[in-house]
Amino acid sequence: MERQVFSYSVVRTGSFEDVGLISTEIKKKLEELGVERNIVRRVSIICFEAEMNISLYAERGGNIFVAVEPDKVDIYVEDDGPGIEDLEKAMQPGYSTAPLWVHELGFGAGMGLPNMEKNSDVFEITSELGKGTKIHSVVFRNKDAA
Amino acid sequence: MRLKDIIEELGLKVLAQGDVDREVNWAYTSDLLSDVMAGAQPGDLWLTIQKHMNIVAVAKLKDLAGVVLAKGVQPSQEVVAKAEEEGIALLLSEEPLFELCGKLYEVLRRKD
Ligand SMILES: Nc1ncnc2c1ncn2[C@@H]1O[C@H](COP(=O)(O)OP(=O)(O)O)[C@@H](O)[C@H]1O
Ligand SMILES: [Mg+2]
Repeated sequence: MERQVFSYSVVRTGSFEDVGLISTEIKKKLEELGVERNIVRRVSIICFEAEMNISLYAERGGNIFVAVEPDKVDIYVEDDGPGIEDLEKAMQPGYSTAPLWVHELGFGAGMGLPNMEKNSDVFEITSELGKGTKIHSVVFRNKDAA
Repeated sequence: MRLKDIIEELGLKVLAQGDVDREVNWAYTSDLLSDVMAGAQPGDLWLTIQKHMNIVAVAKLKDLAGVVLAKGVQPSQEVVAKAEEEGIALLLSEEPLFELCGKLYEVLRRKD
């Protein structure tokens, strides 16, 4: 199988109704390509949390790119603002700046970034205040494939 | 245990049918989407009081057997339609979460 790349824009609509649509789309694509179920599961979690964070925090939306290769799946997530002030804090389970009404909807439990890291074999995040946030996650297909 | 047997045992109202012949492995209860994403297993039934659109995406992404809404919380017609479209069973119980969990636990334990 050759390298297959899919790109999606996460558009901010002001409501969260659409959060999950892109991840669901990505999941279906990976299944069509015959990617192992356990790998699809992990990529789904990573993409859902990425989608949710862009919808919650990035005023101008962002992009998710997924590249499927025989031995791995790369996920690139980028947005252009507002950036994260303290990355170390943001990576801690339970840390969340989401407002109460967002928490009441079951979003924003401070578990998003930790979940993404836990499900990645490689997880790199860079962020600059006022500029934006970039994440590169890799899930290897040879490990725990089932 | 099959989903349709659980529907009958617990007297659940079927909002969207999904796959009623599906085997239900176990269940997961949480109102936090990230927690369900992290903790639920494929084939689990998800018990919650969240009724917005995103529960369908979470159930789909995690390949859950279905979603049971507790305490009689009614989702919008759009949510029901989305669940139907995605083949996700959406069920409703009048009982509060605690009672619902207790009863389902008994039912699922019995068959073990
Ligand atoms: N793309 C982003 N842009 C700006 N801030 C972000 C972004 N993603 C995460 N954050 C910040 O990091 C915190 C932790 O993120 P996360 O672990 O996903 O938890 P949650 O979204 O539940 O708050 C968020 O509350 C927010 O302050
Ligand atoms: Mg988050």
